[in-house]
Amino acid sequence: MLENVRLSFQGIWSHKMRSFLTMLGIIIGIASIISIVSTIKGTNEEIKNNLIGSGNNTVEVVLYQNGYTYTIYSESDIPHGIREVTDEVREQIRDLESVENVTCYNERRNTDSIFYLNNEVNGVSIRGIDTDYFSTTGYTVHRGRNFIEDDYKKFRKVLILDQTAADTMFQNEDPIGKTIEISKVPFTIIGIVDAVKKFTPTISTVQDYYSYMSEDSGTIYMPKASWPIVYSYDEPENVIVRAASVDDMENAGRQTADILNKTISPTQTETKYKADDVLERAQRLQDLSSATNNQLIWIASISLLVGGIGVMNIMLVSVTERTSEIGLKKAIGAQKGSILGQFLTEAAVLTSIGGIIGVASGIGMAQIINKVSGVAVSISVPASAVAVLFSMLIGIIFGLLPSVKAANLDPIEALRRE
Amino acid sequence: MILKLDHIYKDYIQGKMTVPVLKDVSLHVEQGEYVAIMGPSGSGKSTLMNIVGCLDRPTSGEYELAGKNILKLNDKLLADVRLNSIGFVFQNFQLLPRMSALDNVALPLIYAGVRKKVRREKAREALIRVGLEERVSFTPSQLSGGQKQRVAIARAMVNRPDILLADEPTGALDSKSSKQVMELFQKLNDEGVTVIMITHDSGIAGHAKRVVTIFDGELSEQKGEVAQ
Ligand SMILES: Nc1ncnc2c1ncn2[C@@H]1O[C@H](COP(=O)(O)OP(=O)(O)OP(=O)(O)O)[C@@H](O)[C@H]1O
Ligand SMILES: [Mg+2]
Repeated sequence: MLENVRLSFQGIWSHKMRSFLTMLGIIIGIASIISIVSTIKGTNEEIKNNLIGSGNNTVEVVLYQNGYTYTIYSESDIPHGIREVTDEVREQIRDLESVENVTCYNERRNTDSIFYLNNEVNGVSIRGIDTDYFSTTGYTVHRGRNFIEDDYKKFRKVLILDQTAADTMFQNEDPIGKTIEISKVPFTIIGIVDAVKKFTPTISTVQDYYSYMSEDSGTIYMPKASWPIVYSYDEPENVIVRAASVDDMENAGRQTADILNKTISPTQTETKYKADDVLERAQRLQDLSSATNNQLIWIASISLLVGGIGVMNIMLVSVTERTSEIGLKKAIGAQKGSILGQFLTEAAVLTSIGGIIGVASGIGMAQIINKVSGVAVSISVPASAVAVLFSMLIGIIFGLLPSVKAANLDPIEALRRE
Repeated sequence: MILKLDHIYKDYIQGKMTVPVLKDVSLHVEQGEYVAIMGPSGSGKSTLMNIVGCLDRPTSGEYELAGKNILKLNDKLLADVRLNSIGFVFQNFQLLPRMSALDNVALPLIYAGVRKKVRREKAREALIRVGLEERVSFTPSQLSGGQKQRVAIARAMVNRPDILLADEPTGALDSKSSKQVMELFQKLNDEGVTVIMITHDSGIAGHAKRVVTIFDGELSEQKGEVAQ
C-alpha cells in the first residue's frame, strides 16, 4: 500500500505537466468551493458577532406592543400598569443560572427637548442608567470620567455621551465640560464612552441587516437618579442581561422576560416584555446570505465532475500505455487486486494532490477576496479536510473503471505488445 | 515429476473458424531437467509456454505442476503458482523502464509480501548471482541487452521458483551475450532449477540436456545428438 503510494508519486512526478493538467479541474473546483465556503463562513460569523452585541453575549429585554418594540417618545406614551424594576426583581434576574449581569434603564428616543447652545439636537436617544450599565453592555469610558456614587446620591445633572453622540453634536470642540439643556435643565458632560469591541458591517446586500445597523445619532446617558428631574418617576424600564455564554443567551432572555412580565399589572394586556431574539435574527440573515452562495457551490461542483472525467480519461490512457507493465506484473505473480489497488491508489493520490493544491489556492483566493472587496472570510478546517477527502473520493470513483480494466487485462495479450 | 502435461489441446476461435494450435501435446519433465523446445515460427511454442506458465488455459487436457492440478485452480491461486513456483524470462526482457535494476528484481517480492529491507537484500543477492553487483542502481536504459536479460533472470529467480521458463531468451542478444545467458542457465540448472527454454537456434538448444520439437502443434521428442 505504502509502496503503491510511493510509486504513484513517482509516476505523477515523471509526468509533471500531464498530471498537473489532469489535476487542474479538481484544483479549480476545490479552490472555488473553499473560497466560497470561507466567504459564507466569514460573513455568517460577522453577522452573528454584530448581532450578538459585539460578542458580549448581551440580550435586550424590552417592551413590545403588538409585535413591535415599544418606544417612549414622550410622557403620553408611557403605558399603564408597568412599574419600575424593583431591586427585588433585579436580584431575581441576577440569580438566574444563565445570567451573569443585569442592568435596567429608562429611555426616550428622538426627544425634541435637547439643546446645545440654543441649537436643537435631533435624533439622539437619552437613557437613564444604573451603575451596572456600561459593564454589562461592554462600554468603557475613554475620555473624562464615569458616573460615581455621589452623582447618584446627590442627583447631579451630569451626562456621558457615546462616541456617535459626541461626533454628532461636537465637531471641532471638546465635549467634556460643555453644558447641554434637556427640557430646559442644564446638564454637564463629564465623559465619553465607546464599545470595547467594534465590528464593521460588510454585507450590504441584505436589507434587513442594513436597517439593523443604521444607528441613530447616538445616545446620551444620565444617572438614573437624575431621570425624574426631567422626566417622570416610576417609568417602565428596559433591561439588558449579559448571558453566561452564547448558548445561554436564549434562556437568559426568555427567563428574564418571564420574571419581568409577572410584575406587570393584569390590566395591562397589550404591552409585554420580550427578549430581542438576536440568534434567530442572525440565523435568518445567515440563511439569506448563504442561499446565494450555496448556488455557487453547485456550479463549482460541475468543475469537479469535469475534473473527475479528466482523471478517468488520463487513467485510461495510462492503462493502455502500461499494458506490458501490467502483463509482466501479472506474469510474475501479481494478483488482480494488487493491480486494481495500484491504479486506484494512483488516481486517488493524483486527485488528493489536486485537492490539497485546490484547498491552498482556495485559501489564497479567499484572502485576495478579503483584501480586494473587504468581504469577511473565515477558513474552515473541517471544510478543508472534507475537500481533500472528497478529492480522494473523486479519484477512487473515476479511477475505478480504468483500474478494473487494468486488473482484467489478459497477461498474454499484454505481454505480446511491444 | 515436477511437470506433467497430458493430451493438451489448444484451439483459438478466429471468427467462425476454430484454429487448432496444440494437438494432443504430452510432456513430462523431471525435477532438475534442462529442456529446450524447438520448432518453426507459428508452430505453437509460445502457446505451450503460456500454458506451462499458468498464464493460459488449454482447451482440454491435464496439467499437473509440483503435484498440483493446475487446471482446477482459480485465478487467485494461479497467480500464487506463478509467484512462487515459476520464473519467467522473455525475449524482450520486460523490465520496467523507470525502475532501477534492484527495484525490478525486487518486484516479485512485493507481491510475496516481503518487507522492504529484506526485499532489497534478496534482490541484491540475486543480482550478485548474475554478476551485476556493480549495476544495481542502473535503470534498464543504462544497461546492455545482455545485462538486461541477466537482470530479468535475477528477477525470475529471486523468489527461488522450481521452474525457469524462458521464451527465446537469446532472441534479441548477440552471440557473446547469448553465451553468458546460457552459462547462467547452466549454473542455475546445476543448482537444481528445472529449466524449460524455447529457442529457434539449434546451437542454443544444444545447451539443454533434452530437446523436444514442436511441428504444427504436435510435439515430438528428439533423440540423440542435436544437429548443428
Ligand atoms: N490469441 C490468438 N488468437 C488466434 N490465434 C492465435 C493467438 N495466439 C496465437 N495464435 C496462433 O497460434 C499459432 C501459434 O502461435 P505461437 O505464438 O505459439 O507460435 P510460436 O511457435 O511461439 O512462434 P514464434 O516462433 O514466431 O514465436 C500461430 O499460428 C498464431 O497465429
Ligand atoms: Mg513465440
